[in-house]
Amino acid sequence: MTEPRDFNSLLKKFGYDTAGGFDEGRKIAVLLGLAAVLLATASVAVVLGAYDITVADVYKTILVHLTLGDVEGLPKLHNTIIWDIRVPRIILAVSVGGALAIAGAVFQGVFRNPLVEPYILGVSSGAAFGAALGIVFPAIFISIQMPAFAFGALAVTLAYLLARSRGETPIVTLILAGVIIGSIFSAFVSLLKYLADDTALREIVFWLMGGFYYATWDDVILLAPVVFICFIVLWALSWKLNILSMGDDEARGLGVNPEKYKFVVIALATAVTAFAVSLVGIIAWVGLMMPHAARMLLGPDNRFVIPASLMMGGCYLIVCDTLARTLTSAEIPVGILTSILGAPYLCYLLRNKGRVIFG
Amino acid sequence: MLHVQDIRFGYGGTPVLSGVSFSVGKGELCGLFGPNGSGKTTLFKCCLRFLNAERGSVLMNGEDVEQCTVEHLARLVAYVPQEHRPPFPYLVREVVLMGRTPHLGGFFGVKRRDKEIAMDALATLEIGDLADRPYNHLSGGQRQMVLMARAIAQDTPVLFLDEPTSALDFQNQMRIWQIMRDIAGEGKTILACSHDPNHVAWFCDRVVVVGSGSVVAEGRPEDVISEDVLAMIYQDACTVRMLDGVRMVMPRCVAERHEKQGSELPLRGRSFTGVFGEADAGT
Repeated sequence: MTEPRDFNSLLKKFGYDTAGGFDEGRKIAVLLGLAAVLLATASVAVVLGAYDITVADVYKTILVHLTLGDVEGLPKLHNTIIWDIRVPRIILAVSVGGALAIAGAVFQGVFRNPLVEPYILGVSSGAAFGAALGIVFPAIFISIQMPAFAFGALAVTLAYLLARSRGETPIVTLILAGVIIGSIFSAFVSLLKYLADDTALREIVFWLMGGFYYATWDDVILLAPVVFICFIVLWALSWKLNILSMGDDEARGLGVNPEKYKFVVIALATAVTAFAVSLVGIIAWVGLMMPHAARMLLGPDNRFVIPASLMMGGCYLIVCDTLARTLTSAEIPVGILTSILGAPYLCYLLRNKGRVIFG
Repeated sequence: MLHVQDIRFGYGGTPVLSGVSFSVGKGELCGLFGPNGSGKTTLFKCCLRFLNAERGSVLMNGEDVEQCTVEHLARLVAYVPQEHRPPFPYLVREVVLMGRTPHLGGFFGVKRRDKEIAMDALATLEIGDLADRPYNHLSGGQRQMVLMARAIAQDTPVLFLDEPTSALDFQNQMRIWQIMRDIAGEGKTILACSHDPNHVAWFCDRVVVVGSGSVVAEGRPEDVISEDVLAMIYQDACTVRMLDGVRMVMPRCVAERHEKQGSELPLRGRSFTGVFGEADAGT
């Protein structure tokens, strides 16, 4: 009998309370439902693939790994396909999708504009330039991920510094600075494409479309903890993010230092985006769309939008990536699928729910 | 408890405030009165540290705002802006709950008590029925009422209200002024700017009149809202009359026209009440 009460008091401790007509009970139920959907999607995705393995064999393999059972006893091929290829790929898709979606929610809140995406400050262009450098000059840069991350972060830093004057960073200036820096790096990418030989050019083009082809446990171990930590911190700041989305003067009046918190949340959202992009390339639309979908379900309160975005972004990328690797015998870059599936969804939003979501 | 001392400020070289000083006592409702562009909002923003004054000091509840953190200042003073519209459809109850932000702590921090305070604030303004409407879809007047509720929920010793009645209908204007009187009666200090000399004369304990960046007059409304002072800021647009012992500021042209027509005063139908509906309150 004590269990439900314990659960309620735990919720209250975290600030989620169902009293006062604030409708938080329903929202918590939706969040739990989303978590269930995410798990279900992942479980289905792990069964699907080019190589047919029975459902029983798939789960047997995973179970043996999770219970630290006798891995040697499994069929080697099954073990490789499921545990070394599909599982890390799915976890990576969830991490990347979640990262882009929470970054999108944060950027939309801070920039007070529901049409902003995480690439607005030039992360993607910077990362693309870094990756292209790594591809064209492998001898100098060794990896592709490192320069991609470094230049992604550099691009945003430059945009931020460019926009900052007299201790303030006005939103409009920041967005313009992001556009400027982004176009400079895009030009550099074009230059590198022009200079690159055919193999390198092909690789650059593939990288720009994004994909999980080479997903390994190493990538998962790098990215998943970073995404998780950034998520927890941003979730803890989500009430402050609500206040920031009211505007600078409002935030000051309500005791939230806009310069300080804008810097913190932009830095975190940028870091997690740059990290995700550097591992898998540029995947469009997730960061723009998923926060919208979350807001449609739960209203604009970021305390609910951020966790919902994480789970919906994860779900969406699992679906897209599973389609990418199963639709045809060759793989389709996942960035193409996210756009093809995403654009009609946003059209639908614009036509049907435009007034509700875009104010 | 508010002491403003010699505030100076300019936007990019154009001086807006050239040495403004005044003070408001605890439990006083002070009206800030002045023509368009006289620097009222700028003065507010300097006091609240949204803008950094070039010179001067502001003491709020005994504390120098220069020394306060943003978080601490929000526990001393609540601010109701003139007009404000966020891009996201927050519900009215959520917007009012945001007023509790300076008092929150912990991971998410919103406690049941805070929600009750927010709902009480809505009830005080008799707008509980708006609670579940998206704030950015309300009319300007309704939004103003919601922001007022938010300031009440913020529960600070000092309140700054920038034209809190500018978008309201007659009944709500009177309601807001009455609520401001009640809040002042609880020992809080209120500085409210208004463009209506009658409102200031009827409801305020104290008036500060600003004109072109400095204080023109300061004192009790019966001393300050006079033809002499009004002439300084509005040339000869106004005249001050007494109506059943209540001081009325009228447009001079209207008062003269009615006198010429052979004093069918008070109230000759729509044309008169239309020009200043406030006249009803006096009769």
